[in-house]
Amino acid sequence: MTDPDQAARSNGGAARRAPADQATNGNGGTAAGRAAAAQAVAATAVDAYPRIVAALIRITGDWTLAEDCAQEALARALDRWPVEGVPDNPGGWLMTVARNRVLDVLRRASVERRKLRELAVLALTAATAEPTDEEVVDDRLRLIFTCCHPALALEAQVALTLRTICAVPTADIARVFLVSESTMTRRLTRAKAKIADARIPYRVPRGAALTERLPGVLAVLYLLFTQGYDADGEPAFADEAIRLARLLVRLMPDQSDALALLALFLLQHSRHAARRDPNGDLVPLDQQDRSRWDQTAIAEGVRLLGGLPQHGPYAWQARIAACHATASRAEETDWRRIAECYDQLVRLQPTPVVALNRAVAHGYAYGPAVGLALLAEARAGGALDDYPLTLAVEADLVARQGDAERAAVLFRAAAARTPGDAERRALLDRSRSGPAIRPS
Amino acid sequence: MKYMMLVCTDVEPDPEPGNYPDVEVWVAENDAAGRRLQGAQLAPASTATTVRVRNGQLLVSDGPFAEVKEMIVGFDLLECADLDEAIEVARAHPMAWAGRIEIRPFADVDQ
Repeated sequence: MTDPDQAARSNGGAARRAPADQATNGNGGTAAGRAAAAQAVAATAVDAYPRIVAALIRITGDWTLAEDCAQEALARALDRWPVEGVPDNPGGWLMTVARNRVLDVLRRASVERRKLRELAVLALTAATAEPTDEEVVDDRLRLIFTCCHPALALEAQVALTLRTICAVPTADIARVFLVSESTMTRRLTRAKAKIADARIPYRVPRGAALTERLPGVLAVLYLLFTQGYDADGEPAFADEAIRLARLLVRLMPDQSDALALLALFLLQHSRHAARRDPNGDLVPLDQQDRSRWDQTAIAEGVRLLGGLPQHGPYAWQARIAACHATASRAEETDWRRIAECYDQLVRLQPTPVVALNRAVAHGYAYGPAVGLALLAEARAGGALDDYPLTLAVEADLVARQGDAERAAVLFRAAAARTPGDAERRALLDRSRSGPAIRPS
Repeated sequence: MKYMMLVCTDVEPDPEPGNYPDVEVWVAENDAAGRRLQGAQLAPASTATTVRVRNGQLLVSDGPFAEVKEMIVGFDLLECADLDEAIEVARAHPMAWAGRIEIRPFADVDQ
C-alpha cells in the first residue's frame, strides 16, 4: 500500500503553496484545479486527524497502535476523497475506518493481549463515530498536554507533537532537525516508552497545575514555529504551529497567553511570502514588498491582540510584530510604540537578546546615541559577545551617528562573524556604502 | 504504580532555606494517605561499599559507585496513581528544595 506518511506530508506541503497556484493558474478542470481540490481534501483530513488519534489513544492506551491505525485511515481518505468527494462528516468517516482497523488488529492479537483486547473492543464498540463535544475537547487537549509533558526531553516533546498530533512523518521531522531518521525514530520510541513506563497521565491538568503546565505547552509550540528550517531556509513547521495554536485557542478560549501566541504566529508569518528575493536571499524588513504581506493574517492577529485582557511576553512580541505589519511603508513604522513594547518585554523577559532589540528600537525612535547607550547596557558583563548580531547592530548605530570610518570597521567585523552568505554580503555592502538612510 | 524516590544533595540548593517544607509533616501526610510505603535516610557516602563480581571473582571496594557532587542521601518508596502524583509528592519534600529528587518507576516485569 502507499506510505500514509508520504501521502499526508506531500499533500500538506502542496497545501502550503495553494494560494499562489490558484492565483496564477485559475481553477476549474485544469491540473492546478485538481491539485487545489486534492489540497483542500488533505487540509480537511489533517485537521480531523488529531481527534481520531487522541480518541484511539484514550481507548486503547497504545500509542503506536493508535497512530498506525489513524495513519491508515488518513491515507485511505487522501486516496478516496479526491475521487469520491469529502464525506459530510470527515471526522466520523476517519474515526470509523481507524476504529475498524484497530478492532481488526486486536482480534488478531495474541492471547496474552486478550484482556486489553476485550476492554478495547468493548470501548470501541460503545464509542460513537461522533463523540460528544466534551470527549472531543478533552481528547485533543489531553494529547497536547501529554506530548508536551515536562518529564519528556524538550526535543522529544517537539518531535512527539509533530508526529502524533500533526501527522508529520518521522523522516521529515528528522531532516528538519538535522538528525538521522533512525535517531528520530529512537527518540520517539523512547518518549512513548517513557509515557507508558513512568505512567505519564493522559490528562489535562486543572487549576494551579494548568497554570504551571500551559507555559511549557506554549513553549513547545513556539519552538515548533521558530526552530527547524526547510531547504529554502524558511521555517518548516510554521503552518503546523499555527494550526496547533488555533486548536489550543479554540479549546481554551480563556487562556490569554495562548491567544497572544496565535497572534504572534499570524503576524510573524504574514511576511513569509516577502521574506526572500528570487535568489532565495533574505530581504531585510524595511526593503520587503509590503503588498505581498498576508493582510488577512495581519487583520486577524491585530484583532486577537485587541481582545487580550492582559499582556505576557508573547503579547508584547505580537504587539511589536503588529507595529511592523501595520505600517504601510517602512518609514511609517511607529518606532516609539515599538520601543515602549520592548520596555515592557525586557521587564518580563530580561534576556540579553531582548535588551539588544530594545536598543535597536530606541535607536530608531530616539536617535543612535540613545540606542548606543542602551546597547552598552545590554552588553554589560560580556552578555552579548558571542551573539552574531551584536556587532551589526553597533555598526548600524555608529553609521547613523555619522562616523562612517568606524562603522566600516564594525561592519567588516560583523560580516566576519555572520554565518549566512547573503547576510554577510549585505554587511560588507554597508561597510563600503557609508551611512544608511535613517528609516524613521 | 510504585515509584522509587531517590533523595539527593545538590550543589545549588534553593536560596531561601526558610521556605523549605517540614520533612516531618511530609512523612506524616504521605504515610497517612498510603502514598509512602517505606523510606529512610542513609548514612553518608563515606560509609558506602561497592560490590562487583567479575570473572566469578568478588571485588569489594570503598566508596559509592560514582564520584559525583550530588549524592543519594535517602529514599522513599511511593505508591501513586501516575507520574503527576509522584511529582506532586516529591515537590513537597524539603530535599526537592535543598537538593534534588529523582523519581523512578518500578519496572513492569510482566511486560
